[in-house]
Formats: sequence, structure tokens, C-alpha cells
Amino acid sequence: MSLSFTAEELRFRDEVRAFIAARLSPELRRASSLNVSFFSDPDIVAPWQRALHERGWVAPGWPREHGGPGWTATQRWIFESECAAAGTPQLSPMGIKMIGPVLMRFGTSEQKKFYLPRILSGEDRWCQGYSEPGSGSDLASLNTRAVRQGDHYVVNGTKIWTTHAHFANRMFALVRTSDEPRQQDGISFLLIDMASPGITIRPIMMISGDHDVNQVFFDEVEVPVTNLVGEEGRGWTCGKYLLEFERGGGVNSPKLRYALEKVRGLANSGLSYKAIMLQEIATKLSEIELDVQTLEFLELQVLSALQRGENPGPVSSVLKLRASEIHQAISRVGVEMVGQNALVEETRRPLHALKDRPLIPEEVLSVVPRHLNGRANTIFGGSSEIQRDIIAKQVLGL
Amino acid sequence: MDLTPSEAQQMLRHSAQRFIAERCEPTARRHAMQDPMGFKRENWRKFADLGWLGLPFPEEVGGFGGGPVEVGILMEEFGRGLATEPYLSTVLLAGALVAECGTEEQQKGLLPAIINGERLLSFAHYESDARAGLSEVHTVAQRDSHGWTLYGRKIAVLDAVAADVHLVSARLPGAQGAGLALFLVPKDAAGVTLRDAPRLGGGRVAELTFDHARLVPDARLGTGADVLPTVQSIVDRAIVALSAEAAGMMRSMFDATLDYTKVRKQFGRPLAANQVIRHRLADMYVECEEARAMAARAALLVAADIDSTQRSLAASGAKVKIGRCARNVAEQAVQLHGAMGVTDELDLGLYFKRLLVFEALFGSVDHHLQRHAELFGNSRAE
Repeated sequence: MSLSFTAEELRFRDEVRAFIAARLSPELRRASSLNVSFFSDPDIVAPWQRALHERGWVAPGWPREHGGPGWTATQRWIFESECAAAGTPQLSPMGIKMIGPVLMRFGTSEQKKFYLPRILSGEDRWCQGYSEPGSGSDLASLNTRAVRQGDHYVVNGTKIWTTHAHFANRMFALVRTSDEPRQQDGISFLLIDMASPGITIRPIMMISGDHDVNQVFFDEVEVPVTNLVGEEGRGWTCGKYLLEFERGGGVNSPKLRYALEKVRGLANSGLSYKAIMLQEIATKLSEIELDVQTLEFLELQVLSALQRGENPGPVSSVLKLRASEIHQAISRVGVEMVGQNALVEETRRPLHALKDRPLIPEEVLSVVPRHLNGRANTIFGGSSEIQRDIIAKQVLGL
Repeated sequence: MDLTPSEAQQMLRHSAQRFIAERCEPTARRHAMQDPMGFKRENWRKFADLGWLGLPFPEEVGGFGGGPVEVGILMEEFGRGLATEPYLSTVLLAGALVAECGTEEQQKGLLPAIINGERLLSFAHYESDARAGLSEVHTVAQRDSHGWTLYGRKIAVLDAVAADVHLVSARLPGAQGAGLALFLVPKDAAGVTLRDAPRLGGGRVAELTFDHARLVPDARLGTGADVLPTVQSIVDRAIVALSAEAAGMMRSMFDATLDYTKVRKQFGRPLAANQVIRHRLADMYVECEEARAMAARAALLVAADIDSTQRSLAASGAKVKIGRCARNVAEQAVQLHGAMGVTDELDLGLYFKRLLVFEALFGSVDHHLQRHAELFGNSRAE
């Protein structure tokens, strides 16, 4: 057992560092650091994705045959850690981490050939059509219908909590194609062009002031049958495969460490007192630091399992559960640190483009919206309650 | 970067698991706990045969050159089976101090006898008015032409009743710095009084009083330097080892609780059919995994060549994180067993008590949280 990197891995780390130093401009770094949402706006993401695309580094987890770098699990860890530590913009997970892996596993060769390169280049921006007003945690009860008519499906219904639907040109969606005794058996996985006639998008504003999510309505929307992924009625399998990636496929601890560093940095942000010097804050930061260290080690254990060619298995639910809780603990202690500066409400976005000089330093200004936005972390991608159900069922055999 | 255990580490774990299964099953364990020494001497000989007593010592003195990772593997399995042998007191504390501070002669005289299981040592350091700071020592050693005279009282001395020699810390009047030294005190030395009691959850604990205890001139361990930094380092390593043991105990409590909630039926269905129970079990499982990860992390860090601040951070960090997780797992395990959980008919209570010992030994969770926050702040200010 060893926690240290090999000489070769250290060379790779230096290469990643040099790339970030050369390509991440101070403006982009600042914009990214003031981004309060879990998801970054396209104007922050696009330039960084272009830089990564030139280098072939957009999708660390993809195999070489599909345009990924073909990295080992350790290289992926190093890359993610370095990006997080430098505060690079977070690329949208919907294409790279969600639909991409599903297409590689279940897509036709035409679908792979058409869609995968467009994910890497950023030409396609994806959104996820899963939840519905009546189907949240109980996703399999979903009701958006797709009825086959000749060589296309006609889709009617509505999806909700659709992150970045207003930026996306494509959606992957779970739709009901038949009514079966077991609800999951009547669900299919469709790729929908967001420019199709009959689609309307209603923005939903968050308590933080962010516009991340939307409700999407489908009124007689025609989708070619060639946009079906996998077999009709077998969409649940694709959907579940995707959720495993959404929950545990990533490396979270470096991002949490970056968030914690930002909160520590608030002590130097010109507040009236150095909150970090207060013992109650220092001990809270220590407890969170220890939570991050623990999560990091759990993630490294998964990494070692992957290197041995083993499946990390349902531990992804543990990682998602803890990462989301720690994220919230970090943003909460941030609010405590800024004291009465938390009273200022700023709902304009993006923060990095505000024209007038705000009442309080901008990094302090971002603290409360980040906290409010982060309350969603234990809800999306399967709420913490669902993660506990999964642990009970799949890990504990209950 | 690879967290896969080596073949030797896997073999070590298997042999520890075999020992626990054969000699530490519940009946044998209760029997061992009734022994006046708190453990069975034949098990200690088995420890020697298996090479465990020499595991952390360098090969030059007859040890096997193992490190904190190997010790952690043993301790985790000891924790799972709730072993009561004095491994912590003799090997990880007193033995380690002899190996670090002892003169060549003292090492040669003691370490082979520790490694072959002949001699047991205790480490007597804490005093009744000390909280957690290791420098709070009032026991005094006075030098004269015949040797040393020791005055003072030590509490919470683990397994002292079985020890042939007590390793006792004392202050040297007029010395520089903390002025702390260690003395080898034979169990039958004049002026030494031992009051022994059962220890919570198994093993023994004692109070040692030194009233004009007369010691020979070379009773002092090593020469010259203040031993406080070494004591600090050995205690930090011991905390890391205990963290692995605690993670093992937590896992056993969790397994027992999981089994119980599957078979215990109320309202016509198993307890574990209720979501409130399932979620609590899920949280306990997460805490067990976290504790195990944190213990392994601390052991790996201490095994690597890190400075004393980093080592203290690793130890205090493990104590805090695992202490918090252990408290919850232990309390929920008792809770979910219902009334049975508070009876002595189950072994659950023994584990509960032993986790209290983990919390209380070498400073509370709150103490280590303060220490971590302070060291962390300082290490970043530099």
C-alpha cells in the first residue's frame, strides 16, 4: 500500500499543471471562482472546453477509440485533482459523464459516430429529461408518453428540474412507450432535438437567484425512431447505468478541498474581523477537513479497485451521499464566517460580470448564494434518502 | 498510488483472523477476561510464536521491521474480536519507548524478552490532575549517590498487574525544557504500590504509587535528552493503532446489529423492513467505512516519512473522525438491539465499553479537535 505517486505519475502531474498554467487565464479563473452553482454557465465553460479539446483532454474517463485520452484511473485522479486545485471551470457533466457513457454502452454505431464527437467539441449541449412533476424519487412512475407512428415517436408530457435546458440543443429522456405490470418495463430512452416544434421551456428560479433548472413541455413533438437508444421498453437499464455514473463516477474530494480553501480564504477578504481566528470556526473547519480527507481516501480506495480491474460497485452511493453532505457543510461554515455580511442579497448573475461595485467584496458576495444553491446537492441525482435506500438494499442486503 | 495490500499484509490479516476465530470467540473471551491478569498467558505465547510481539521492532533487535500499516491490520482484527492481550501497553507503548530511547544495553536486555513473550511492560504516565497534555507530570525523580528516588502517583496504567517492569515518566528537578525522563521500575521495587482494577470492556487498569521508590543508577531509560517529544510521538502512533482497533470494534457492533434487525420481528415483520431502521443502518455502515478509511489513511501517513506536526495531525484527525463515528455506531447498535442491548447477555456491551476506552485514552475527542485546529492553523501559517 502506498499513497505516493510514481515518477511517471509525477511527470504526468507536471504536464497537467503546465497545461493549466498556460491555458487558464486569470479572467476565466476569476469567473469560475465566482460561479455559485453546481453547474457553470456556457460562457465560462466554452473557452475552457475549447482549450481541453485541442489537447484531447475533454473527457478523462473516455477510452481512446471514442476520442478520450485513454488514461489510467490514477491519471484521471491526478487530472481531476489538478483542475480542482487550480479552480478551472467545471465542464457540463450531462454530455461527458452521462449520455456519453450510455451511448458507448448501448448506442448504435451511427449514434456513437454522430453524437460522441459533438459532445467532445462542445457543439452539442445536453440536458437530462428524467424527473417529472409527479415522478421525483419514484422515477419509474414517469408519464411522458412516446407513441410510435411510422418512423417517428410522438412525445407528449412534461419534464421538470431540467438543468440547463435553456442552453441545451439536445435532451436525453426517459419516456413511457407502453404500460406494463412492472412500470420500469414500459420505459424507453430517447434522444430529443431541443429545436423540435412543440417544445417549450419554462424557467424555474432558485432560492439562490440562479436560473439552473426548467420545466420542459412536449406537445406532439416528433422524434425519429433512429433516436431510440437500446431497445424499446428497455430504457430503464440505460437510465440506471447513467445514474451510477452521475453518483459515483466522478472524483469529488478535490473539488470539496477547493471549496474549503475558498472558505478559508474568506478570512483574508477584508471582513471586519478575522473569523478564521475564532476557535469555534477553526474547529469546524478542522472537522470538515477531516471529512474531506476521509472521502478522499474512500475515493482512492475505489481508484485502486478500478486499477485492479474490479468494479467499485454500490460504494458510489456512499460517495455521493457524503460528498453532497460535506459540500453543504462547507458552504454553511462560509455563511457563518461572513457574519452580518450575509444580509446582502444579490440575485443578479453572473457575479463575475456585475458592472457596479457591490456593497461587499465579490468573494464574500458569492457565499450566501452558493450556500442556498448547494441545498440542492442532497436532492438531485437521487436524494440522500434514496441513497440510503440503495445502501440498505444493495450493500446491506436488506 | 495503490492501496492494494501486499501479499504479506494479507497473510498477516488472515493469521489474525484465524487467531480471533479460534481463541477469541465469545466463550473464550469471557473466560480470558476473568483471568486475574486480564488475559491468558498461553495466548500471549501464541502472539510470540506468530511473530506479532516483534512486528514493529527493527530487525537488529530481533524484530520484524513492520510498520504502522501492519500494526493497524493486527489491531483492526483484535478490535473485531475484542482481544484483551496487553499488546498496546507492552509492545506499542513501553516496548516502542525502549526501542526509541533505551541505551544499547537496555534494548538488548529488554526487547528480546518482550519479543519472545517472556516479559511484559507497562507504561505509567498519566496523573490524576492531568487532562490530556502529555507534559502534565508531577512525579519527581531525585538523583543521589545511590541511584534514584521516585515520588508520585500514576493513574490509568494499562495492564500493570501483569507487568514485570513499569516504564514510569518523572520530572527531573532543575532540568531544562520539560525535563521529563523515563525510568524502568521493577514490579517488586521497594516503595512501589500497585492497586489493580478491572478495565472497562476487558483487561486491567491500575494506579501506581511511588513513595520513596528506590531505583538503581541505570534505571533511567536512555541518556540526557528530554523524552517528551518521543513520548508524544509514541502516543501519536498508539492513537493511530487504536483507531484501527476502534474501526474493527465498530464493524463487529454493526454486523451484530444488522443480523439482529433482520431476524427480530415486531408487528409481523423484521425490524429492518422499516425505513427508519434501514436508513440508520445505512448511516452506521457509512460511518464504519469512514472509520476504516481514516484509520488506514493515518497508518499510511505515519508509515511514510512525515514530520512530527504531520504525525500529530494524522493522529488527532483519526481520533476525532473515528471517535465521532464510533460514538454514533456504538449508541445506535445498543439502541437497535432494544432492551437486549443493555443486558450483559450479549457481547455488544463489551464493545460499547471498549469504545468508551478508545474515546477516553490519550485525550478526548474534543481535546484532539482543538489540537488539530491549532496545529492545522499553525502548519499553514508557516
